[in-house]
Amino acid sequence: MKHKDRDKRTEIRLAGEGGQGMILAGIILAEAAAIYDGKNAVQTQSYGPEARGGTSKSEVVISEEAIDYPKVISADILVATSQEACDKYTGLMARGGLLIVDKDQVGRVLVHQAVRAPISRLAAEVVGQPITANVVALGVLVGLSGVVSREAIEKAVLARAPRGTEEINRAALAVGFAEAARIAGG
Amino acid sequence: MTARLMQGNEAVGWGALAAGCRFYAGYPITPSTEIAEMLSRELPKLGGKFIQMEDEIASLAACIGASVGGLKALTATSGPGFSLMQEHIGYAAMVEVPCVIVDVQRLGPSTGQPTSPSQGDVMQARWGAHGDHPIIALSPTSVRQAFDLTVQAFNFSEQYRTPVILLLDEVIAHMREKVELPAPDAVRVVDREITRVPSEWYLPYGDALSDVPPMASFGMGYRYHVTGLFHDPAGYPTQRLDEIGPWIERVFRKIERNLADIVLVEEDGTDAANTIVVAYGATARSAQHAVKLARGQRAKVGLVTLLTIWPFAEEVIERVAHMARRIVVPEMNLGQLALEVERIAGRRKVVRVNRANGEMVTPMMILEAIEGK
Repeated sequence: MKHKDRDKRTEIRLAGEGGQGMILAGIILAEAAAIYDGKNAVQTQSYGPEARGGTSKSEVVISEEAIDYPKVISADILVATSQEACDKYTGLMARGGLLIVDKDQVGRVLVHQAVRAPISRLAAEVVGQPITANVVALGVLVGLSGVVSREAIEKAVLARAPRGTEEINRAALAVGFAEAARIAGG
Repeated sequence: MTARLMQGNEAVGWGALAAGCRFYAGYPITPSTEIAEMLSRELPKLGGKFIQMEDEIASLAACIGASVGGLKALTATSGPGFSLMQEHIGYAAMVEVPCVIVDVQRLGPSTGQPTSPSQGDVMQARWGAHGDHPIIALSPTSVRQAFDLTVQAFNFSEQYRTPVILLLDEVIAHMREKVELPAPDAVRVVDREITRVPSEWYLPYGDALSDVPPMASFGMGYRYHVTGLFHDPAGYPTQRLDEIGPWIERVFRKIERNLADIVLVEEDGTDAANTIVVAYGATARSAQHAVKLARGQRAKVGLVTLLTIWPFAEEVIERVAHMARRIVVPEMNLGQLALEVERIAGRRKVVRVNRANGEMVTPMMILEAIEGK
């Protein structure tokens, strides 16, 4: 029995610790799809009552058609930026789905085909701002999956960037794209 | 307006402004707080008033006062605050003052799980205030509908001089969807009827040809009494049976005679179905997906989405129950509106699908019930 219309909806789950910016990353991804790529998108989230810490996840469903059920049924893409999030959600992915982990935060991955990207290290050392890790993650995600266009994600990131941080956010996204290209090139 | 990615709570705020709301009093509580945040920013731009009160009891009291003063008033809360507001929901029903109360349902009872969704306040919305009183409660299934039903809630409250409850759940409230809101002049707005008689003739609860007496706002120069005691047509306390009985009958009649206007229901494929899913709020989104999958398996399944929760859609449920062998009622609670469906359709036909752990009812759970597993 088919559990969802796989051809029609793409489901992305971004999960980590509260404070890492995963919910904002989901919002930006959904805006890229809905506003700049002209598709339909729904973003939902779940998080604990804490301001920082605890698991936090953001879910995005993208479709050319109207979206009914707003949550992820079986993620086509999972970005995990904490060990706990990786452990919890890897088993809930669609078969053949794309798993991206921040290899500085996630030591143990239960499947072979995971993409291990040094997301937080790239943010800290190459971009120079650890806080941009969520934007680096978006660059890796979009660079590898093409789930939204590069133009759309760049516009969406810049539209959400606080004034004065446009360049650093643009740079973070570019670092993510470059990492995706490096991974894809093997 | 161009397309935007918008949260349900934000859409409630825009809906309130479009409906003409110019007063908000509330006490912030997750998962409703974005409504207060948004209106604290936007109301002053339109000359409206925003007050953060000391608690939820005072919040609704302030709204009732503002409404008697002629403004359309809104408050928003979640379960714990909704419990505190019940006293004044009864008061608003008794004094027939229009106001809109948003309850964004979270997992309870008590503090429960503030960031998790629930549909646990369905019966509280109907019966939380003591005494016999009619109530209208609406429940949106999307961000766009959060806008539309907020406007509708104000329109009903103004038209029928009654408190109206907008029941959201955390999913609809926090979900971001692509929406395009209508231009302000494309929104149908209903304003309360204001009396035309001179002040010495005015009877705040008695001079109506319809069941809804016209109002006079405080400040217009009309002196009248507003009390939670049973009152006579002039508004003064009464113990006369021939005034108390007719009052109760009238306030119920003003809703019951207008069910065709008030009971908003969406039906999809119910005319040729042997299984019907009855859903509301975020759970209706799960139901839509389940029905689509079931139809892919050639199941004859229909979907009834209740936008108006109270008064309950008795006529629609009676009609579909007549044809259907099975009625599936999914809810994020342990069975609340299912009690109403069972009352109309009979318990044997109704299959409850319940989840009350802070997660949505999934399409698969509903699909299994449709297939009779």
